Amino acid sequence: MSLTQLLILAGVALLARGLAGGRYRRAAIPIVSILALYWLQPAVPIRQLDFWLPTVTIGLTTFTWALTRPAPGLPLERETLMWGGAVAGLVLAVSALRYVEPVCCLTPSRPPEAWWAALVLAGIALLAALGARFVAGRWRVLLFAVFGLIGLLIVLKLEPLGQAASAALRSLTGQSPALATAADLQWLGISYVAFRLMHTLRDRAAGRLPALSLHEYAAYVLFFPAITAGPIDRAERFVKDLRSELRADANDLTEGGRRLLLGLFKKFVVADSLSLFALNAFNAAQAESAVWLWVLVYAYAFRIYFDFAGYTDVAIGLGRWLGVRLPENFDRPYLKPNLTAFWNSWHITLAQWFRAYYFNPLTRALRERGVSPVLIIFFGQTTTMVLIGLWHGFTWNFVLWGLWHGLGLFVHNRWLDWSRGRFPLLERNAAARRAWEVAGVLLTFHFVTLGWVWFALPELSLSLAVFSRLFGGG
Amino acid sequence: MDELRFWRNVVVKAALLFALVNAAFALADPLPLLGQVSAYNVLFPGRPRFPFGETPERAFNFSLYNFNAMWAAHELTGAHKAPDEFRVLLIGDSSVWGTLLRPEETLAGQLNAGGYRLADGRRLRAFNLGYPTMSLTKDLLVLDRARRYEPDLVVWLVTLESFPRATQFASPLVRQNAPLVRDLIARLDLRLDPQHPDLAEPDWWARTLVGQRRNLADLLRLQLYGVAWAATGIDQFYPETYTPRANDLEADETYYGFAPPRFPPDALAFDLLAAGHVLVGEVPLLVINEPMFISNGRNSDIRYNFYYPRWAYDEYRRALAAEAERNGWRYLDLWDFITRDEFTNTAVHLSPRGSAQLAQRVLQEIFDLMQK
Repeated sequence: MSLTQLLILAGVALLARGLAGGRYRRAAIPIVSILALYWLQPAVPIRQLDFWLPTVTIGLTTFTWALTRPAPGLPLERETLMWGGAVAGLVLAVSALRYVEPVCCLTPSRPPEAWWAALVLAGIALLAALGARFVAGRWRVLLFAVFGLIGLLIVLKLEPLGQAASAALRSLTGQSPALATAADLQWLGISYVAFRLMHTLRDRAAGRLPALSLHEYAAYVLFFPAITAGPIDRAERFVKDLRSELRADANDLTEGGRRLLLGLFKKFVVADSLSLFALNAFNAAQAESAVWLWVLVYAYAFRIYFDFAGYTDVAIGLGRWLGVRLPENFDRPYLKPNLTAFWNSWHITLAQWFRAYYFNPLTRALRERGVSPVLIIFFGQTTTMVLIGLWHGFTWNFVLWGLWHGLGLFVHNRWLDWSRGRFPLLERNAAARRAWEVAGVLLTFHFVTLGWVWFALPELSLSLAVFSRLFGGG
Repeated sequence: MDELRFWRNVVVKAALLFALVNAAFALADPLPLLGQVSAYNVLFPGRPRFPFGETPERAFNFSLYNFNAMWAAHELTGAHKAPDEFRVLLIGDSSVWGTLLRPEETLAGQLNAGGYRLADGRRLRAFNLGYPTMSLTKDLLVLDRARRYEPDLVVWLVTLESFPRATQFASPLVRQNAPLVRDLIARLDLRLDPQHPDLAEPDWWARTLVGQRRNLADLLRLQLYGVAWAATGIDQFYPETYTPRANDLEADETYYGFAPPRFPPDALAFDLLAAGHVLVGEVPLLVINEPMFISNGRNSDIRYNFYYPRWAYDEYRRALAAEAERNGWRYLDLWDFITRDEFTNTAVHLSPRGSAQLAQRVLQEIFDLMQK
């Protein structure tokens, strides 16, 4: 998102808050979120795909809502039908902008004919109605939907599959499949949307998901401040804020404004400045000395933190203006004395998601099968971290980044176990404890920073070369 | 109501502060001063040539027009002159700056590579003060500042494209530094119009913080790219392939609207070259008519290359030689010194080998000059 886009969204958030004392806030949030989906969607080289990708996001949201309905088999409520109609109207309006020359278009390129959009919307409505009527809440269906979403992420993040999908889409639109690349499928916010959808499917299967109306569900999944970079809120927490009355509280405004400004500063001043010389595929190969290579790696470590934490601050600030207290995603991660503490303070909501829906069920299942605790920790931590790596993209470098952290977490876990009671001086002497903690912070920071060498570079060989040169190799 | 009052106060205070900061910035005009603050030559090494470029993410370099910042980033600013140093400053266009050449391959780089010493034992050290636009006024601007750095010799490489009086202000560096140019015009009594629209002062809004935000950001970017420059030694994007200089040419005999057989009087600004000699005073100044590509392709009977119709260039060479003779300038005409194959993407940009050949010839001239 550009600075201009963020400032416009901030203006919209203020307007939504200010309108009739926030009375229309609950309606404004999903409407603005849907429009923002189209507006923020990056341009893609496949014809009209920048209209269809947000439309599919809306379709997936609607269909998943239908599957997670609390009362399967019951006819759709009047409110739902009204909201469905409003969403369809919005999508058709976005499509119809192609005919309105001076304001065309909300999407990066000219959207398709409105009748095409109407046809697809009718298909979505039919699928959602059938899902809600016949299969909503069924355990197998919910599980199937989760795997469907995982499959979608795999297609998008695995280069050969992404390229094949792009080629197929290009063929459909009469463009040359020979020019297809996986980068053609830049789908705004899909990683976060998919994880929110999976969370609701899984919680519905476990009977934990509260009853959500379609507009509440859409507001949660598509909440515009958090669409591009999270955080991944929990539906029950989000809806509690959405349903509560918006209080006329100047603190909300000042705190929201403070987080917004802080976020803009972190992202557009600090992170963007560091990005001019932070480690990348180009300068990694050109750096002339180990010392300067370290500088580039440190710059990357701070750049990625300030970039991500900046966007989170903006999301939290805008959320606060809209009466939604989004969860924190970062808590001074580079000042943590060990890797476990780091992962409790870096991209907190993603780590919590994996803990809730992968690590905990996995370790529970392994424990029930009598697997040794050490093996459970090893397997649980390495596979969790590899999956978090793969969430960023299906490349060997992300796998190795995940393994790096998974093994780091395992080693820390074993160290904790081994060192318990072995260093009485640390318990007695505060200065020694402080020195120990500082050493832990430095060690953890450097472990994480070196891990970014896998993350930042596209190829294994380049990462290995950088590691070699960082430690004095040729 | 409280919320409304709160927002009214926020908006009023923010608007006042915004207006005050902008007005203060416009009045103080701090950019020239800020340009002198630089991490180059302090935290990381100075650049061997001026900041210039259009692909900053690849070149770790870009064009900015804050003259002080350009100089502050240059290695010359931080170079202590040793007692045994013979300091040579090279001035000119992109052929001196070294488009497509690495710093060590430029004319300055080649002159320094040999560790040459003069007969009196002084060690030759050349500095690249070329800048990629063609204008004698731009060169004078650079030369005027260069005098501070104790040159023992100035080598000024010129070509016809730098001479037309009508295009003297075409260089963005000249236009963006109008006060310096006007000062130069006044001090040296140059036959240039100080009221030319290209030298117009920015209006009030353009001088505010909002109006100057890009220039301010450029100052910061220049410092940040310094880290990447220090880490990689790269200050230019070197494409794997490029479009070579044109060999087949248009059958066009005009040059900036001038037609053969002669330029009208005063069309070429030889007086600026004379002003350069005034500027350097006692310091020797060697003027070199730089090598250029001579086409053998289509219409090469009409034109030498993309830039020059034959009549115009011949006329310029004749006039320049006559001016040099009349004024007693040290002058070296190397227009056809480099073979055709050693030109890269334009008719004046040299390959590393061409640059080395030129350096040898210039070196010989410097030795001869210093022996006299």
